Amino acid sequence: MLMLRCPYTGVEIEETELTPGGEAHLTRFGPGSSDDEVTGYLFHRKNPRGVHFERWRHTYGSGKWFHAARCTVTNEVFGTYPAQTTEPPQWLVDKIKAKRPDWEGFE
Amino acid sequence: MSRRLDTGGALIDRDAPVQFSFNGETLRGFEGDTLASALLANNKVLVGRSFKYHRPRGIVASGAEEPNALMGVGEGARFEPNQRATTTELFQGLVATSQNHWPSLNTDVGALNAWVADMIPVFSAGFYYKTFLFPRVAWKHVYEPFIRKAAGLGKAPVNPDPDDYEHFHAHVDTLIVGGGIAGLDAARAAGARGEHVLLVEQTAHWGGRALVDGGDVAALVAELEAMPNVQMRTRAMGAGVYDHGYALVYERVSDHRPGLPGAPRHRLWRVRARQIVVATGAIERPLTFANNDMPGVMLASAVRDYIRLYGVLPGKKAVVYANNDDAYRTAIALHEAGAKVKAVLDVRAAPAGELVEQVRALGIDIRPGTGIAKARGGKTVEDVEIGTIAGDRMTGRDEHLICDLVAMSGGWSPVVHLWSHCGGKLLWNAEGAFFHPDPARPPLGEDGEGFVSCAGAANGEGLDAAVEPHWFTPSRGKYAHGTKHFVDFQNDVTAADVRLAAREGYESVEHTKRYTTLGMATDQGKTSNINGLALLAGELGAEIPDVGTTTFRPPYTPISMGAITGAAKGPLFKAVRQTPIHGWSDANGADWEPVGDWYRPYRYKRGSETRHQSVTREVLNARQNVGMLDASTLGKIVVKGPDAGKFLDLIYTNMMSTLKPGRCRYGLMCTENGFLFDDGVVVRTGEDEFLCHTTSGGSDRVHGHLEEWLQTEWWDLKVYTANVTDQWAQIAVAGPKARAVLEAAGCDVDLSAEALKFMSYVEGTLAGCPVRIFRISFSGELSYEIATPAGRGLELWEALAAAGAEHGIMPYGTEALHVMRAEKGFIMIGDETDGTVTPQDLDLGWAVSKKKADFLGKRAQERDDLVRAGRKQLVGLRTENPDEVLPDGAHAVKRVREHVAMETIGHVTSTYFSPTLGHSIAMALVNDGLSRDGEWLDFPVAKDKVMRAQIVSPVFYDPEGEKQNV
Repeated sequence: MLMLRCPYTGVEIEETELTPGGEAHLTRFGPGSSDDEVTGYLFHRKNPRGVHFERWRHTYGSGKWFHAARCTVTNEVFGTYPAQTTEPPQWLVDKIKAKRPDWEGFE
Repeated sequence: MSRRLDTGGALIDRDAPVQFSFNGETLRGFEGDTLASALLANNKVLVGRSFKYHRPRGIVASGAEEPNALMGVGEGARFEPNQRATTTELFQGLVATSQNHWPSLNTDVGALNAWVADMIPVFSAGFYYKTFLFPRVAWKHVYEPFIRKAAGLGKAPVNPDPDDYEHFHAHVDTLIVGGGIAGLDAARAAGARGEHVLLVEQTAHWGGRALVDGGDVAALVAELEAMPNVQMRTRAMGAGVYDHGYALVYERVSDHRPGLPGAPRHRLWRVRARQIVVATGAIERPLTFANNDMPGVMLASAVRDYIRLYGVLPGKKAVVYANNDDAYRTAIALHEAGAKVKAVLDVRAAPAGELVEQVRALGIDIRPGTGIAKARGGKTVEDVEIGTIAGDRMTGRDEHLICDLVAMSGGWSPVVHLWSHCGGKLLWNAEGAFFHPDPARPPLGEDGEGFVSCAGAANGEGLDAAVEPHWFTPSRGKYAHGTKHFVDFQNDVTAADVRLAAREGYESVEHTKRYTTLGMATDQGKTSNINGLALLAGELGAEIPDVGTTTFRPPYTPISMGAITGAAKGPLFKAVRQTPIHGWSDANGADWEPVGDWYRPYRYKRGSETRHQSVTREVLNARQNVGMLDASTLGKIVVKGPDAGKFLDLIYTNMMSTLKPGRCRYGLMCTENGFLFDDGVVVRTGEDEFLCHTTSGGSDRVHGHLEEWLQTEWWDLKVYTANVTDQWAQIAVAGPKARAVLEAAGCDVDLSAEALKFMSYVEGTLAGCPVRIFRISFSGELSYEIATPAGRGLELWEALAAAGAEHGIMPYGTEALHVMRAEKGFIMIGDETDGTVTPQDLDLGWAVSKKKADFLGKRAQERDDLVRAGRKQLVGLRTENPDEVLPDGAHAVKRVREHVAMETIGHVTSTYFSPTLGHSIAMALVNDGLSRDGEWLDFPVAKDKVMRAQIVSPVFYDPEGEKQNV
């Protein structure tokens, strides 16, 4: 069972208190967007073997959504950060690159 | 002859005799015995029958790895099958019964299976897949009953479990699993570093093999007990290791003292540890020779355990058969206990070393290069045929040794289960012939560093001295005819089965496991896995590490369902949400129905009414007089802030920002995929405040949905949401006399049709309670939904019931609610929707804004698949026979046909008998339904029955809405 640190309060949260929310940093394609854009937005998800940016909600707790960068192979958690952002913070990207030199980076 | 020795037995208390029974016979043992040691002390060498062949079986091991001695233990509600005799502590009055035999352990009819198996190849590898193919009809009448009768180990208990169980959460720096020397040493080291340590041991004693093979742990245990930061538990097994330092420990608190007051039977520790040290020791492997499953053939270490720990000598005349030095300790122990050691048979050509010399000095015959060609006997071993091992053949003089005990040792395997549960990798030690943890590839924690390490024998330490790998001892003559070399005792898997699987193409050890059942069931192959995969590797011509092991999964040994459940049973299994009116309903005939986490009255029973009679009465009374409904379960979410209207415009398909304060609007919510997921009435309670009603089961889901979009997409909007469902009691008063009832109850607001119009809202006082009155209707009648603070809910309910008495008011339940909404053609989320239905499919396009630039689901609703022809759309149905009600979920078919699959064109989503209209009504989702008005559909509802129904408007009652607008 995973442990994730809440980026708002610093509380360590056990997985049973959390709800997973899938891939983070999706761009919402609403009215006026093309079929391809909408299809990608609604249905196509990254499924990396390695570094993954994902959404979690502390459902049985503060109710806050946050993001986590986690390795899908080893479950190493590189960091968590607030959800009010469109891309991972630079400090986290730097940290992951230092730990995983082969990582191709965000995007 | 197995018996109790006059002296010795480190764990038993000879001053404390204990009576127990085995298959109805009263026997005696001592406090400190296990059921296994006590049975052996009473010369019960035959303790069970095997799973497939019903062969006689005896005790093989002395610990958790025991494959054979599975017992039913206890009686009545406390009966439990498949308990290992070797880990069951003896107590006064213990009742044990053996398994897998009929009519009795000594005379078993099923043993015929074994005799048949020698003639034709039933029960060999994959026999289930090969044997029962034809003829087809035989499945139902012959094969399946036979397989069902034969399948499964033991009998399931039939009564509810009377015992208590509990969970216990612990957060520690270091969890150490295993209380042998290695675990105790690790605990001392961690304790001295000031860490918070939890040390657990699965048996009742500290010391592990040191208790048998030497070493005093008393001082070490005392030292640990004096450390305040070290917590120690015996009878507590490390059951599993999971992600990020999570571990389960299974503590058997009172198995050895059943019914102990105040104590749970089992306690499941849910541990979060920064580091876990696995010091779980090693398990000895059997040797694979012909008839090695005969009672009296035991692991060498177990023989030593029974002598030294329990003062039990399992045989008078013994043969030791080994491929390593360690087993010589057993020869010495047997000799010292007074047994005649006929010989030590050693597969190695030139055994040497200190232990070997000790045995030689005792005058015991050591036979190098020798193996057992075959054990012989019946319900116990009587002699062994020995010979010289020459590769895959048995040669030399045909010699027999008379014996009643064979102590075998094929070397030791580290217990790497807990290391492996969460991804720790293994290395093969070719010299010692075992897998051990690879310290370079441990399970990783959240920081990317290893969080599990192994110590002592679990780490492979001390196991690689003087072992010669030996995986199969051939017998004389033609292989596998009339002899069985067992690999897995519990599942009756032989070496021939493993080899057959390899020849048939099962190259993966995981496939071989499933094909042969090697390593399955309660022992999960603790004694058989390594032997089995070595045989597989041999047959495939591959190296053992290349074949690999099967996956180690928790729990290490079976844990009770009770422990997993903990306290969450009976009323604590699931919390029931109760409205403030719950108690009143319960006292007034409520027939409860679960709705989400709530319980709601299905109907209020009067006298000896049937359900149908109650529902009919409640519907007609609401239509003709007035009814009242506890609607408190309705979800209520406050959305407040300067951007509240803008936010709700994005959440709902229709426009909410234009709603005037004091007005109500029915709204639909879709997911971003365009599908309808909740509905309800939105009320503008202030300039920047809205109250959103949701479905009864949906308030948490909807609130989560609002928060998700607010926090993760539109975090710039100035909006707060709060789920206030429990803060308000809500009562619907519906029917032609509803206004009269409210007025009779005493209301300080003008309730006239002109002052409080349909779909409007007002605050005031009703029957002395502060209320919010919503003039909305889910029944189609003149209707008020009245909310009051939850604490006043019951008071208001009773006041309305009293005031309504003269108008014939009656409470109605959820079924009457459903019937009335269906009569009006109102949809119900979860009935008419299933996550693939759009508002347009339900002819609710009028509630989907064309003007708004954006809302959740808008773009998706333009996708090809959501606008195509042929989608299922909502229709009303009237049956040909008005008295017949269509079954819920019944399918309409394009053409009724016999013996072939029919093409379905739609299905019934709601179906009732309408007391108001006097005929049955239904709603259905039918392909292109909105343009098929008047068509007749066929519903084949049973083999010989087709119901016909005509498509009509789903609004069956008062289509003009005159009743609710008065």
